[in-house]
Amino acid sequence: MTSLLEYYRRIPASWRGLLILALVLLVVFPLLMGSFRLNLVGKYLCFAYVALGLVLAWGYGGILSLGQGVFFGLGGYCMAMYLKLEASDPVSTAIQSTPGIPDFMDWNQLTELPWFWEPFHNLPFTLLAILVLPTLFAYVLSLAMFRRRVGGVYFAIITQAVALILSTLIIGQQGYTGGVNGITDLKTLEGWDIRTDAAKTVLYFVCCGLLIVCIVASQFILKSKLGLLLVAMRDKEERVRFSGYSVADLKVFVFCVAALFSAIGGALFTLQVGFMSPSFVGIVPSVEMVIFAAVGGRLSLVGAIYGCLMVNFGKTYFSEAFPELWLFLMGGLFIGIVMFFPNGMAGLFQSGGRESLKQLWRGLIHMRHHDRPSPRVDEASLDSSLEPRS
Amino acid sequence: MEPERGSPQASLSDLFSILQDPKEMLIMSIQCSKKLDQAFRRLLPFSLALLLGTSGTATAASVNTTGLAVTDTTVTVGDLHSATGTMAISEIGSIQAEMLAIDQINAAGGVLGRKIEVIKEDGASDWPTFAEKARKLLVKDKVAAVFGCWTSASRKAVLPVFEKENGLLYYPTFYEGLEQSKNVIYTGQEATQQIIAGLDWMAKEKGAKTFFLIGSDYIWPRTSNKIARKHIENVLKGKVVGEEYYPLGHTNFRTLINKVKAAKPDVIYSIVVGGSNVSWFKQLKAAGITGDKANLLTISTTEDEVKGIGGENVLGFYSAMKYFQSLDNANNKAFVQAFKTKYGADSVIGDVTQAAYLGPWLWKAAVEKAGSFDVDKVAAASPGIELNTAPEGYVKVHPNHHLWSKLRIGKWKKDGQVDVIYESGLIEPNPFPEGYQ
Repeated sequence: MTSLLEYYRRIPASWRGLLILALVLLVVFPLLMGSFRLNLVGKYLCFAYVALGLVLAWGYGGILSLGQGVFFGLGGYCMAMYLKLEASDPVSTAIQSTPGIPDFMDWNQLTELPWFWEPFHNLPFTLLAILVLPTLFAYVLSLAMFRRRVGGVYFAIITQAVALILSTLIIGQQGYTGGVNGITDLKTLEGWDIRTDAAKTVLYFVCCGLLIVCIVASQFILKSKLGLLLVAMRDKEERVRFSGYSVADLKVFVFCVAALFSAIGGALFTLQVGFMSPSFVGIVPSVEMVIFAAVGGRLSLVGAIYGCLMVNFGKTYFSEAFPELWLFLMGGLFIGIVMFFPNGMAGLFQSGGRESLKQLWRGLIHMRHHDRPSPRVDEASLDSSLEPRS
Repeated sequence: MEPERGSPQASLSDLFSILQDPKEMLIMSIQCSKKLDQAFRRLLPFSLALLLGTSGTATAASVNTTGLAVTDTTVTVGDLHSATGTMAISEIGSIQAEMLAIDQINAAGGVLGRKIEVIKEDGASDWPTFAEKARKLLVKDKVAAVFGCWTSASRKAVLPVFEKENGLLYYPTFYEGLEQSKNVIYTGQEATQQIIAGLDWMAKEKGAKTFFLIGSDYIWPRTSNKIARKHIENVLKGKVVGEEYYPLGHTNFRTLINKVKAAKPDVIYSIVVGGSNVSWFKQLKAAGITGDKANLLTISTTEDEVKGIGGENVLGFYSAMKYFQSLDNANNKAFVQAFKTKYGADSVIGDVTQAAYLGPWLWKAAVEKAGSFDVDKVAAASPGIELNTAPEGYVKVHPNHHLWSKLRIGKWKKDGQVDVIYESGLIEPNPFPEGYQ
């Protein structure tokens, strides 16, 4: 036991949080939970990828994106297209007017596979597309805006508009995208049934593994000179620009990394849940993803993961226990966290709880004073009113 | 200078003075500990649930050999609708009807001598939540049947779950067809049941030859209009003079109305759903297209929607569906009265609400026929089940798990109810209609 502690002490402080997270995800959860709950955690962790990207882009880069659902959705849809094509082989779709194409295309009177679906027969292409397509889209979008020095709240609004446009586009083009229903009834990946408990457990570990890789990559970015520049840019953009750095390129880079993480999360989500729909692309889910990061702490990589897990656990638990009240409880949770712990859960732990408890203490004192005005304050105001005014 | 209340300075000085006064400190600390205590009490069940989440509900299930949540005195079923979110307004009627049916069954002695207990889950108008909750109901709660879902999207999301975990879903909404599953009983009408008889009636009674098809842009209106077009062109030898779709939630129909006016169709065939209904019918009226001048037939507007639209805006238009609140038979009178007693005199009952009410009764009949709660046995026993007590009159389960039912045409009155002016014979459900695909 002491030697274990010794080992723990030798780990640099910044990696300890990651180690604990890895232990929780890879050892504690699988031991404690049955396959159903574990699959739920796997689903939540997909959103953790987005939260992680937001910590980089928002927490460190100061770029608030309210449209991360776009990249989550693009990654998810790429995966779903591949799985759907595999599920719609001519034999199992024999009852359709055109066998061999996805069922929703047949319902929308399409008679052949659209050209942009064709490459998704190929798994390596699909995996590449999951990584490249959303990142490329983020690159073009952010380059256009940051070169023109569009930032802050305007950037947030534009990302939100993009989320709205993409979800409307997907819903409108239902012959090509599955519309509101999304792409459903996904069964196998290269013949491997993804609906079984065993497959879901494997996918859970894949999800955890990739998440840890992403955290390490983020840690690496933040520790490098780049990370320093990001923070500098967030706090004093002009100074960084005058020092000869291209602020636009920095912003584009960190935004693309966030998009890439979101896309990986989206693809894993499709694999674990078995369908993809526009309800993950629009404004509401995008804002929800920002809340995950805010609750966990937007300056902490591991904090965002815990925040994401906590909010989603809360959602599931409250909605099971209080089907009529749960939205109010969730709302209360968010307001409480933002009011008392502005740096999220991570802020609470990093300061050893001191700062946050101090804040809570102050909050309680105020609350008390609002309940019952203290006579002492009245005396003070009386005193001051007696003082000569100049 | 007077320190402002609320500034850190003020609170610090307050704190200081409290620390100096032992009595104040005592009061403060008691209040604080009370607040913390309350907070912990609230958080306790949450954290316990997190820890024990895995081992929670399995105990009740272990009594029964089928692995379902059935004891000697109770049987557990699930209810999975959107109690929150954009669909709540439509789905709450279904929840109410299902609860009413379950209460009535329990009052009459339950199913196979067991009282029905319900676990309610909220799909929150969110399709993955539906899938998650469906899995929870089947895997963790091991419910014997689930009554739920409303939109096609939510059904599509849960269908793989029900097939994988071998559950049984009673789905109440009229829908597009093109689906048939061992694990689902469809208590609403599929598209051909709702469309063909209505169009025939329009052609025969009104001599209609030209039709303008309008729909919200998603799978149900599109599929329904596809069937309508084939029937109009191939069987009625009529003509479709326009076919237009608008996104869900669309509210400006003026361009569409101009197109309709220019095309002068004999019949406007409308499958506009949800909130769009209100603008659609109000703008029609404003443009002078009213029930005394034009024929409008809709398969998407029930009493529930008309409550929001206002009866005067749909006056004289026609709806085609299997059930109207004003149906004149003894079953329906008893149903309407029981519903209003339970949920208030101003509540209205639409087609889907009635179909949802059938779910628990059909399940009860199938369980009693099978003599078991086992899903395979209940599914196998379901075809041929008849219900003479249905508010809509009489229904029978077809081997394809849809219901034989009649089609009625109602003409809307100012009070938001209809005059039922036509009733077809029993129509066979045909979710994969030959020649209509």
